[in-house]
Amino acid sequence: MTFIFTAVLVLGLTGLVLGLVLYGVSRKFKVEEDPRVGQITELLPGANCGGCGFPGCAAFAAACVKSDSMEGLKCSACTSEVMQQIAAITGHAVEVGVEKVAVVRCSGSCENRPRTGIYDGARSCAAAALMNGGETGCFYGCLGCGDCVAACKFDAIHMDTETCLPVVDQDKCTACGACVKACPRFIIELRNRNKLDRRVYVSCVNKDKGPVAKKACAVGCIGCGKCVKACPFEAITLENNLAYIDPEKCRLCRKCVDECPQHSIVAVNFPPKKEPAKTQEPAVEAPRENTESTENK
Amino acid sequence: MRWVIVALMPALIASFMVFGLGSLIVTATSVLSCLFFEWFITRVFLKRPSTLADGSAIITGILLAFNLPSNLPLYMIVVGALVAIGIGKMAFGGLGNNPFNPALVGRVFLLISFPAKMTSWPVPHQLTAYADAVTGATPMNLIGQIAGGNTAAMDQLPALKDLFLGTIGGCIGEVSALALLIGLLILLWRKVITWHIPVTILLTVAVLTGIMWLINPVLYVNPLYHLCSGGLMLGAIFMATDYVTSPMTPKGMVWYGIGIGFLTVVIRYFGSYPEGMSFAILLMNAVTPLINNWCKPKRFGEAVK
Amino acid sequence: MNTFKIGGVHPEPNKLTAGKKIETLGLPKQAVFPLSQHIGAPAVPCVQKGDMVRVGTRIAEPGGFMSASIHSSVSGKVAKIDSIVDASGLRKPAIFIDVEGDEWEPSIDRTDTLLLQNNLSREEIIEKIKDSGVVGMGGACFPTHVKLSPPKDCTIDTLIINAVECEPYLTADHRLMLEHPDEIIVGIKLILKVLGVDRAVIGVEANKPDAIELLKSKTTMVSGIEVMPLKMKYPQGGEKQLIEAVTGRQVPPPPALPANVGCVVQNVGTVFAIYEAVMKNKPLIERIVTVTGKDVKNPCNLKVRMGTPVSQLVEYAGGMPDDTGKLISGGPMMGRPLLDDTAPVVKGTSGILLIPESEAARREERNCIRCAKCVQACPMGLEPYLLATASESGDWECAEENWIMSCIECGCCQSTCPSRRPLLDWVRLAKNRVGGIIRSRNAKK
Repeated sequence: MTFIFTAVLVLGLTGLVLGLVLYGVSRKFKVEEDPRVGQITELLPGANCGGCGFPGCAAFAAACVKSDSMEGLKCSACTSEVMQQIAAITGHAVEVGVEKVAVVRCSGSCENRPRTGIYDGARSCAAAALMNGGETGCFYGCLGCGDCVAACKFDAIHMDTETCLPVVDQDKCTACGACVKACPRFIIELRNRNKLDRRVYVSCVNKDKGPVAKKACAVGCIGCGKCVKACPFEAITLENNLAYIDPEKCRLCRKCVDECPQHSIVAVNFPPKKEPAKTQEPAVEAPRENTESTENK
Repeated sequence: MRWVIVALMPALIASFMVFGLGSLIVTATSVLSCLFFEWFITRVFLKRPSTLADGSAIITGILLAFNLPSNLPLYMIVVGALVAIGIGKMAFGGLGNNPFNPALVGRVFLLISFPAKMTSWPVPHQLTAYADAVTGATPMNLIGQIAGGNTAAMDQLPALKDLFLGTIGGCIGEVSALALLIGLLILLWRKVITWHIPVTILLTVAVLTGIMWLINPVLYVNPLYHLCSGGLMLGAIFMATDYVTSPMTPKGMVWYGIGIGFLTVVIRYFGSYPEGMSFAILLMNAVTPLINNWCKPKRFGEAVK
Repeated sequence: MNTFKIGGVHPEPNKLTAGKKIETLGLPKQAVFPLSQHIGAPAVPCVQKGDMVRVGTRIAEPGGFMSASIHSSVSGKVAKIDSIVDASGLRKPAIFIDVEGDEWEPSIDRTDTLLLQNNLSREEIIEKIKDSGVVGMGGACFPTHVKLSPPKDCTIDTLIINAVECEPYLTADHRLMLEHPDEIIVGIKLILKVLGVDRAVIGVEANKPDAIELLKSKTTMVSGIEVMPLKMKYPQGGEKQLIEAVTGRQVPPPPALPANVGCVVQNVGTVFAIYEAVMKNKPLIERIVTVTGKDVKNPCNLKVRMGTPVSQLVEYAGGMPDDTGKLISGGPMMGRPLLDDTAPVVKGTSGILLIPESEAARREERNCIRCAKCVQACPMGLEPYLLATASESGDWECAEENWIMSCIECGCCQSTCPSRRPLLDWVRLAKNRVGGIIRSRNAKK
């Protein structure tokens, strides 16, 4: 019995002494930190995505506390309510930013954009982009190796195995910008969400001349400029054979969608239009709109 | 991988000739268990394509068996295979990601879990015996006893000729130095391995044990006895040269070999285990990433810079 | 026999066309001249749609110091200035000329007479080389007039002629040496005069004993030019490996140049082009191209006018075999895969190789088994497994620390990997990114 008693006593005393030592050391060498940093870090998503420009959420929190104003400090991964809470903690006003979402500006699916070769090198868009123009006639379009998927920390973008194009889950997307940086061809863009998550954009980044673009992809922008003329708000510009819709100016009227002979312009999250009997819808439009509507989860 | 299996054949044949049925049973059980566990883990557990085709499971199976006595109970062999494949290899991400030699992980696990069974070796030439084989002291045991002061053990030590051919007690694959050396020649001829690791290990052991022998020939035996006893040859030729766990440059390989040789001699003479090879290799496996960092290849244009 | 010390592999030589004399390919119907056929700034067109040109007319001027002229290889009318997909796999601006007849610029000497003497000064020779648009013909296409004007602080003592042709399948340089050895010797003398150097070494791989014999017989009476047979090993023809084999010196890592160790290396095809440019007033308008492949009906060495579509060469060689998987501009180790056969022959096209599908298709990659075969193979003493892993995880710092900028992209690592890992693809990506980081770091200074 005595040895059990001795063992308990010795170990208990050792534990007590060491505990006291640890307590003393933690008090003596305590790092003084503004408690607000911890509070803010608690509110943040904790994904350390780097979208704010800082290396991790704790760094962003520290920057918020240190800075005199909330200008330029925005966590796109958290909601505006959370940003307001952070603003309340720091005591500065936060600008209400526009909610954005990642948009993949390419509709060159396996069906629309026929393959003219096979790339079987390293499975990375960045590596493939260095190799040559790619597996199709369009040297600007999506390479399909999934660098964007690998970059996303919010599980918000996936490769559709049928169309071979990436699809953004708009509910999970926090517009952190990781996929934008990952794409070697700058196909993905952060565009305004707008009310009801509606958006209209040119789903193409091909800068080749019209005939070349059209030969490569059935829905590629040929730079004809009809959309530019059709837009009542002057939101569309044409540069390098490519049309671009300015998200700030676009009022979602969708006049350009009808005008585009290539059906390159995509309207997302709108109710289906009642079609007038005169125009024939080419079969190619239907699969594309289905792709877009799967973003509605 | 194919040529490694070919190079292991002489040792396998020698093991059948010396240990008979026991060797056959242990080897077959080990190989089949390793194959099964790798298949199960990759296909059923991880639901990925099977990696059996790369041949590494077969080699792990053979090498694990070579490190076991020929009378080891079946269940222990299966446990060893499970640890070797499951913990030694698959837990780290499969072939190429493991820091330790899987067969040695299995072997050391068995040694520590079942010390009695793992350190009793059948006497040679009991060709039809398996579990009921008569056991006796191995040359390694005797060398240890001699070093401990029991000089009478010197008379029991088999002749060098027997040590070289393999008609001695010990683990299945380690007994025949001749068969293992033939395997080494096959590996070198097919350029599967380079000479650096095996030669460095054997040289280091020869030099260190030679020095000790010169200091005190009564306690410390002739280096040739060391070279042909225990798991030294098997380890130097087949275990330490495993691609995944050994250094990538010739310079690194030499340091690795010296480390293994040194540790083997230290454990043999100053540790309580009779054989130090397995531990020595595992310890140096742990140091391999550091060796890779320190021993970079000679860069083109480096000297001029 | 001399060789380079570190690394190297021994691919199958497959020199199917070593015994085939050079044949002249007919004129194309339309010749296409990409404006970027050399290292440096693309050339700037100096003709426009509708202009008539002759063979040898300058159609584009250098776009900067590091650039080169482009001359028409055909006579006819400029059809358009548009773009075409070239060997780089990208659409590049190019001049399209519809061929009419075969009228040459009168200044060009079209005779076969061997000319030995000239009384041009050093500067005049360089000017003629520049004027003729001569660039490195080994594949790198470095503007020759720039290479022959090394930095003032470098003392050159050796001219090395790269007649190694270590790439499997290619025999263009081999045939050139056998059929025009005298012109090559004159060309070497011209370069020696330009550089002010009295020693030239022609490095030839030992698998060309006929060329070695012939050149040796031609140079016994010539002081200052020697022929050095070199051990067969890929990439012996790499500039740095060649310099080490010939002189024993190792060029330091970038940004150092061969000139820093006193050497200038020129491909033997470039030497021939220099002879024609200086002695015959002939700009760079044609070159020897090997058309080859195991299943090709009539593998051959062709003298081709620049701008000829590759399809015409393939047709002459018996047409594209049915099982062709890859069409390569260059050799199997460092060549560029062509997207289709409309690409034109340019100054750097040393060969057209057709590989069957069974050999071309990459097999499934597996885990790195750390066998170190890539480390043993790398001629620059790098660790491709480490560089590829660093590249895959975007660790550019680790790649830079491990000397990635020294990589010569020879492909030895990828060809020896038993796990079929795309090592070179990853290393190329990392080189691109690290190169960008270094440039922006230097720009900030």
